[in-house]
Amino acid sequence: MMPFTYERAQSPAAAAAAAARSPSAKFIAGGTNLLDLMKLRIERPGHLIDVNGLALDRIEPTAEGGLRIGALVRNTDLAADARVRRDYAVLARALLAGASGQLRNKATTAGNLLQRTRCPYFYDTDQPCNKREPGSGCGALAGYSRQLAVVGGSEACIATHPSDMAVGMRALDAVVETVRPDGATSEIPIEGFHRLPGETPQIETALQPGELITAVTLPPPVGGTHVYRKVRDRASYAFALVSVAAVIQRDGSGAVALGGVAPKPWRRAEADAALPQGAQASAAALMQGARPTEDNAFKLKLVERTLGAVLAEARS
Amino acid sequence: MRFDTPATTNPIDRLRIIGQPVDRIDGPLKVRGAAPYAYEQHEAVPNQAYGWVVGAGIAKGRITRMDLDAAHAAPGVIAILTTENAGPLDKGKRNAAPLLGGPEITHYHQAIALVIAESFEQARDAAQRVQVAYAVEEGAFDLAEAKAEGVGPSKDSPDSKIGDFAKAFAEAPVQLDATYTTPDQTHAMMEPHASLAAWDGESLEVWTSNQMVAWAHQDLAKTLRLKKEQVRIRSPYVGGGFGAKLFLRADILLAALGARLAGRPVKVALQRPLIANNTTHRAATIQRIRLGAGRDGRLTAIAHESWSGNVEGGEEENAIQQTRLLYAGANRLTGTRLAHLDLAEGNAMRAPGEAPGLLALEVAMDEMAEKLGIDPVEFRILNDTQEDPEKPDRPFSQRQLIECLRQGAAGFGWDQRSAQPGTRREGRWLVGLGMAVGFRNNLVDKSGARVRLDGEGIVTVETDMTDIGTGSYTIIAQTAAEMMGVALDRVVVRLGDSSFPASAGSGGQWGANTSTAGVYAACVKLREQVAQALGLNASDADFADGMVRSGERSIPLADAARDGALTAEDTIEFGDLQKRFQQSTFAGHFVEVAVDAATAEVRVRRMLAVCAAGRILNPKSARSQVIGAMTMGLGAALMEELAVDTRQGFFVNHDLAGYEVPVHADVPRQEVIFLDEVDPTSSPMKAKGVGELGLCGVGAAVANAIHNATGIRVRDYPITLDKLLDRLPG
Ligand SMILES: Cc1cc2nc3c(=O)[nH]c(=O)nc-3n(C[C@H](O)[C@H](O)[C@H](O)COP(=O)(O)OP(=O)(O)OC[C@H]3O[C@@H](n4cnc5c(N)ncnc54)[C@H](O)[C@@H]3O)c2cc1C
Ligand code: SF4
Repeated sequence: MMPFTYERAQSPAAAAAAAARSPSAKFIAGGTNLLDLMKLRIERPGHLIDVNGLALDRIEPTAEGGLRIGALVRNTDLAADARVRRDYAVLARALLAGASGQLRNKATTAGNLLQRTRCPYFYDTDQPCNKREPGSGCGALAGYSRQLAVVGGSEACIATHPSDMAVGMRALDAVVETVRPDGATSEIPIEGFHRLPGETPQIETALQPGELITAVTLPPPVGGTHVYRKVRDRASYAFALVSVAAVIQRDGSGAVALGGVAPKPWRRAEADAALPQGAQASAAALMQGARPTEDNAFKLKLVERTLGAVLAEARS
Repeated sequence: MRFDTPATTNPIDRLRIIGQPVDRIDGPLKVRGAAPYAYEQHEAVPNQAYGWVVGAGIAKGRITRMDLDAAHAAPGVIAILTTENAGPLDKGKRNAAPLLGGPEITHYHQAIALVIAESFEQARDAAQRVQVAYAVEEGAFDLAEAKAEGVGPSKDSPDSKIGDFAKAFAEAPVQLDATYTTPDQTHAMMEPHASLAAWDGESLEVWTSNQMVAWAHQDLAKTLRLKKEQVRIRSPYVGGGFGAKLFLRADILLAALGARLAGRPVKVALQRPLIANNTTHRAATIQRIRLGAGRDGRLTAIAHESWSGNVEGGEEENAIQQTRLLYAGANRLTGTRLAHLDLAEGNAMRAPGEAPGLLALEVAMDEMAEKLGIDPVEFRILNDTQEDPEKPDRPFSQRQLIECLRQGAAGFGWDQRSAQPGTRREGRWLVGLGMAVGFRNNLVDKSGARVRLDGEGIVTVETDMTDIGTGSYTIIAQTAAEMMGVALDRVVVRLGDSSFPASAGSGGQWGANTSTAGVYAACVKLREQVAQALGLNASDADFADGMVRSGERSIPLADAARDGALTAEDTIEFGDLQKRFQQSTFAGHFVEVAVDAATAEVRVRRMLAVCAAGRILNPKSARSQVIGAMTMGLGAALMEELAVDTRQGFFVNHDLAGYEVPVHADVPRQEVIFLDEVDPTSSPMKAKGVGELGLCGVGAAVANAIHNATGIRVRDYPITLDKLLDRLPG
């Protein structure tokens, strides 16, 4: 861990402005991801801006009839919120499928969106990794890649985004609200929030330097049956091999997003459109252009199977 | 005390305290945090500094340059240890690769430096500033490749051949020839390897977390070229080991060297991500099994060959050892093949040999039963033997395998298993039952103890035996209490100190039987002293309720020590009963699994183990051992695997996020039954071991249950869902 300075921000705009002043600054929320990475020197902020005191921890209705979730709302509180459980159950279920009770008590909405990959080569500083050290190569591509992406990756990086929460939000068309160092606010639909790696896997989101997440908003409830199904190598406390977030309407239409398969929560309009035709067609659309490795080619089948199970559950 | 004839009736047989399910006596200390583990020995010595281990970033090659300037300049740094300033070092008898590497590197994360600083955080920070350049060399990292290139039997462990296997196999009307693989595994114990070392002139004291104080003592002295008398090792509490802490490892050595260099006490805990590649692990195996049987189901030919790899000087994973003893059959061939690999050193992990060996053999037996159309339980019973199949004049001391299987089958509802796989479906789940035999030899080695009786009637036991979470403190106290006829709370047990009599230590499931037998021997001597002091005849004196009775006389035990404490020390030494009798422990493992028909996720629903393992010294701690082992077996079957990067030569998933072991949600209802058994050939305690038995065969029972549920036979562990998915109905 490198030495760093620390401050408690006084307002969201001040936090963003402070971040802009110090190029190596980072915000710290629950710290459950950032601190681990700092101890390993994978993250090396020279300055930490603590955003916990910014009163961003409320869940409020929006004028449009949706929900506005403060950036600092803890995962536990979000999953337990009565409105979320009633109207956005896929999100509550996704949250509860992630990490452990203790971690969810600390983890925040913004921190969860911004958690970094669990690629083992990213974590081992003796190994090449383009995301950690741009240009050093990708250790995983020809190495051990069982957990990693089958679609959306590049020659430079096949890391997955490990969040469950974000997959639920993707199925719900959430929007990320931010404030920039100049005080301007912005809205980023979750679809465009996470970036594909291309040749710059170190750039993971659409956020600009210093930009602070203030909230995530959910559109008005769409009804339907909400299912989140996470498939992994043990029953709990593991990242997804494949996860499926689905909101399915009576007529068979709906929205489906995947976790564990791509550098970002994965959703495709063609796949949603194909839902009434069943899992096979929808999975094929989701996996179109997939380039799995030998280690993770099974995920293609697993996506289809899991989606099939999810649709069956939604119908029953 | 020499133990060379089977035990007759002795005070242990009273079973007033021994054999009772008493709570562990160290429990309250542990739950209150009052039992200091090695890294928490804050009071042991003042002025402790912190060491952080730098591991090699390559698997094989040489360090060409090591730049320590930035690290030396970092805040709080006291010293940096490397081979340059470590002084001359020997290698421990039980170490293959050097614990401190450089310039030559023999495996990934081999320790190459220890950065010592005023605080843990400063040591870590400075260690991250160490710059190392390497010249990488080609290495061998792929067991399958090494096998394909051809490895023969080694001189040290030639094949064992009985009868004419090739002929019998060729002639057998029913044959099986199958190959199984088991992966590299890491012990993943809760407490990492940790040590605190302090020098006083030429004398060294170490507080550590080690299963075998005497081995660590000997190897530390040897490595540092010291006399054993100059070294003292203490390991009073151990947060799990599973074999990872059988040996002198880098934490101890680097703490000692670091403390000498820094001129003050240094403590070192191996960082979790280092442990998989820095320390020992269970080596992967490739096992070929051939079985031949008559249509009546009797085995006529048994062959088991096993390939594993290791570094120079390392040994093979002896996965064939149970196959030499478990089933009858006139024609037999067993052998191991050892390839050279440049991964970290392979060495013992809980039930070395049998754990991976039974993962293969007991699936092969299931496959063979299926081919024969015989129930898997009956097939094993049919091929039971009461003698060593390689030496028919050598009987098993006790072999209640058939009883384990019959009782297990009845208790588990085995008759509800459908012989036709893939036929029981409950909603999304395919349900199946599986069983396997558990088998683990009973090993013994000499073990010493000292007992003291003071004027208050308190009995204090001292031995270098360790309690690695197993319950040694408790069963040793029970033994002394039984022997001296006092209540448990009158006994004080002090363990894990090299200044105490050397015990057999905690390993190979011999700890409970041998260490209590050592305490027994010392207590026999103490009873003689007591009788003499009280003017009684030792041979007919009865020690009970704090009194010693003989004829009409009854005297308080404490009176014997009125004029000063009485102390007795003895070591149990074993004669040739192990040679005359094959001493083993047995289990029948039964498992029910459910497999998701769509996603192939496997959930174990019920587990039962019926064990025959000699006298059970404490049913509560024995049960804990077995259910823990069953959980480990579930992990071995379904998820545990060190993933090898065969280009870079290392275990990639080297932390507890990547190396998955079962969590609570994976562990179902577990039931354990111990058969009534005493084994007078094993020791005066008539006990054997259970700690490893509980693991042996469990994984195969899971695999067999998966086959019963799905009809799919997976021969490569762990059985992750990708190996089932394609062949499931959906
Ligand atoms: C053992 C373990 C298991 C886990 N398992 C799962 C799992 O199964 N599923 C899952 O989804 N997650 C899992 N997680 C990850 C966990 O969900 C994340 O660590 C957590 O959500 C991060 O939130 P945080 O508030 O602690 O973030 P922090 O660690 O505080 O921050 C993470 C990042 O977000 C940035 N940041 C924080 N707040 C803001 C803001 N308002 N604006 C801009 N940037 C910000 C920080 O600068 C940092 O870069 C696991 C974590 C651990 C340690
Ligand atoms: S997949 Fe991405 S994160 Fe993993 S090693 Fe390659 S570049 Fe790094």
